[in-house]
Amino acid sequence: MISISVQREDFDVGEEYQRLKADCRTVGGIALFTGLVRDITGNPLTSLQLEHYPGMTEKSLQATAEEALQRWPVADIRIVHRIGELKPGDQIVLVAVSGEHRAAVFSACEFIMDILKTSAPFWKKEVYRDGEGHWVEAKTSDQQRARRWQQD
Amino acid sequence: MKILFFGSLREQLGTGELELTLPDHVQTVSDLVSTLKQRGEQWQQGLGQGQFLCAINQVMTVDTASLSDNDELALFPPVTGG
Repeated sequence: MISISVQREDFDVGEEYQRLKADCRTVGGIALFTGLVRDITGNPLTSLQLEHYPGMTEKSLQATAEEALQRWPVADIRIVHRIGELKPGDQIVLVAVSGEHRAAVFSACEFIMDILKTSAPFWKKEVYRDGEGHWVEAKTSDQQRARRWQQD
Repeated sequence: MKILFFGSLREQLGTGELELTLPDHVQTVSDLVSTLKQRGEQWQQGLGQGQFLCAINQVMTVDTASLSDNDELALFPPVTGG
């Protein structure tokens, strides 16, 4: 089963975990990744603005989760991605995958994050203490990670 | 048709959305981008740098893809979520 949320509100990792855990008795493991707002620029960050393309965002995440379900024997996939204004330390994204065995859930979770980073329509803008704003640029290393999953 | 812009491109162009009738000579995304660039310096600069992605009806595509008048086209910089 796939469940996707794009929301302003924060999410509770414990609740999400419990929901996946309760869903199926044949589940042997759950892999869970969360992405956080970090402050590593020289100019102190006051907020991160997350813009997205309503409609396409949900479709894109759904397609990525469906591909993961086809490629690995996993049970449930849960994706939560936040939008709007976030602060350093805030949670941005959650990808959780349950399944019988660890190899499949680790791979599916990593695959979803790598594809999300390069194809889900989200854009981050950093706003600094001095009032300056800067759009985060896409990284080549993210493109390379996503390319690893391309099938021949 | 409807054209949407996001992220830094939306800011550079000063607009997030355009409604227009697809001109007769325009067949592909790349043709349309050439037409949009004629709207002024801001458009020439914003769309001139080339490094943007496109989606037709909310599915990522390439700029050689064909357009029709009831399509929703979106142009945006490489994505940075997660």
